[in-house]
Amino acid sequence: MSRTAIRESVQDRLFLGLVYLFLSVILIVILFPLLHIVSASFSSPGAVSSGKVWLWPVDVTLIGYKAVFQNSNVLIGFGNSLFYAVVGTLVNVAFTVMLAYPLARKTFYVRNIIMMLLVFTMFFDGGLIPNYLLVKSLGMLDTRWAMIIPGALAVFQVIIARTFFQTTIPEELAEAAEMDGSSDITFFLRIALPLSKPIIAVLALMYAVGHWNSYFNALIYLKDSSLFPLQIFLRDILILNSVSAEMVTNVNELLVREGMKDLLKYSLIVVASAPVLMIYPFVQKYFVKGVMIGSLKG
Amino acid sequence: MARMSKTMEATAGMNVPLHKPGSRTRKKLMKHWQFYLLVFFPLLYIVIFKYVPMFGVLIAFKEYNVVQGIFGSPWVGFDYFKQLFEAPFFWQYVRNTLEISLYGLLVGFPAPILLALALNEIRNGRFKKTVQMVTYAPYFISTVVIVSILIVNLSPNTGLMSNLYRALGLEPVDFLGIPGLFKSIYVWSDAWQFTGYGAIIYIAALAGVNPDLYEAARVDGATRLQKIINIDIPSLFPVIVILLILNLGNVMSLGFEKIYLMQNPLNQNTSEVISTYVYKVGLLGANFSFSAAIGLFNSVINFILLVIVNFVSRKVSSTSLW
Repeated sequence: MSRTAIRESVQDRLFLGLVYLFLSVILIVILFPLLHIVSASFSSPGAVSSGKVWLWPVDVTLIGYKAVFQNSNVLIGFGNSLFYAVVGTLVNVAFTVMLAYPLARKTFYVRNIIMMLLVFTMFFDGGLIPNYLLVKSLGMLDTRWAMIIPGALAVFQVIIARTFFQTTIPEELAEAAEMDGSSDITFFLRIALPLSKPIIAVLALMYAVGHWNSYFNALIYLKDSSLFPLQIFLRDILILNSVSAEMVTNVNELLVREGMKDLLKYSLIVVASAPVLMIYPFVQKYFVKGVMIGSLKG
Repeated sequence: MARMSKTMEATAGMNVPLHKPGSRTRKKLMKHWQFYLLVFFPLLYIVIFKYVPMFGVLIAFKEYNVVQGIFGSPWVGFDYFKQLFEAPFFWQYVRNTLEISLYGLLVGFPAPILLALALNEIRNGRFKKTVQMVTYAPYFISTVVIVSILIVNLSPNTGLMSNLYRALGLEPVDFLGIPGLFKSIYVWSDAWQFTGYGAIIYIAALAGVNPDLYEAARVDGATRLQKIINIDIPSLFPVIVILLILNLGNVMSLGFEKIYLMQNPLNQNTSEVISTYVYKVGLLGANFSFSAAIGLFNSVINFILLVIVNFVSRKVSSTSLW
């Protein structure tokens, strides 16, 4: 760019140097704890508990991961989370576009009333207890439904999708299709949706990450541990520190067993975060796009 | 040609005298009846899961019991609110909530702006892409995992802090057990996780600045810092104001998830906030009415705050939500 075409003054170059320094510090501060966790997860129990691991793995081994994948709770949780993420996201995306698309069309005459109804819910809600009592009275407590239905839609995502439809599907296109005898639903399914793949990707990403990472609904609505998502099991093991005997039985010495407990936490953190962080680089551009569409209508 | 005559027929059809007054609006409303079909289930969801609970807050004014249900339980008026305001611990929890929120705002609000301004200064290249990629990534880590990372690294047994203390020949400390540190740990780890994500919106706004402005500033001999102060920051101003309104309107609704996980018996005094207290009293203690009263108090304060902040902002800077 022309900004750098001309030789910059000493003052400016100094300032730019400070900017690079600032960004490098931020980069290190964010990256270092993450790398430390990954390295520790590949290290031996002894190296972890004696504090030898800094940035690189010490005595590389996979026994931490072995212990994680031998744990039946982790596997149950993984399966449940996958189910909630896939089914939940399908429902979320379907509901979101079904509501957002008519709201974007001028020929939908009640759209302003519905928009007001939606926006109001963003600023005022009944609170935890009324929501809990509602789910209870619908008979959803302790069922898989409780993980899908109460969060079937996020109003904020509807507004993002509506903004997208408004800016990418011209009203004239819909009118032309209407004159050709296409019904509103046919147009929606055959033309509007195929043109909206980017926004569907954004919505699916946001919702799926939300499902995978949330533990709150499971905490309040589920009691049956065979329905628990991974995050609840993670909480038990990582935060409440209840490592079941099953996970460390094949280790005899007390000292090594303590070390195993610590090592297990590191491996588990990596296993739990890997699915999301692995797809992240591929969807990053959609993700940024989604935030930007959202910001148009802040 | 065929299509055109079809259109004319269609418009002609609409001019046929109507049977009774009012049916024209009905016809206009019903012409796109398929839209109603599309929005039916999502709207049903909104009504049941967003509006019905708003009426559920009635139990804050009732002596709720499971047998009689929400509508059958006897009225008690403002008893629960009185009980709440007279409890000394309650004001402690309100103060904790406000302190953590405002501290969080003080650190977490300017951080993404600084990051965006810094990124805007450097050329598009590998370094810039790396910084962006790495700083967004923590946003995708779950709360449970973030708190676990904090716990393993701040515990006296394992992790970076105990490594460091031992390397320096000091006795490792249990940082999460120190009540005075709780707020700082919460706020700075939040900044660690969300600064990159928060910067995206500012980066987008900076990308939209008219290049002529920079060109003119360069001709006038402005330094980089002067360009930031006189071009970048004024361009970001509307976004900053909107986000500040939204954030200030939310200071009472401090999230439950992370605080609840970070709590332990040692830091209880400084870590109990309204949302965690609602959960403990209501669901763990099964005191539904009292808990709903706290929740309602919280929602109302939030709503009032939002209206006030929006009003002030409209007067001062002519930027507002509505």
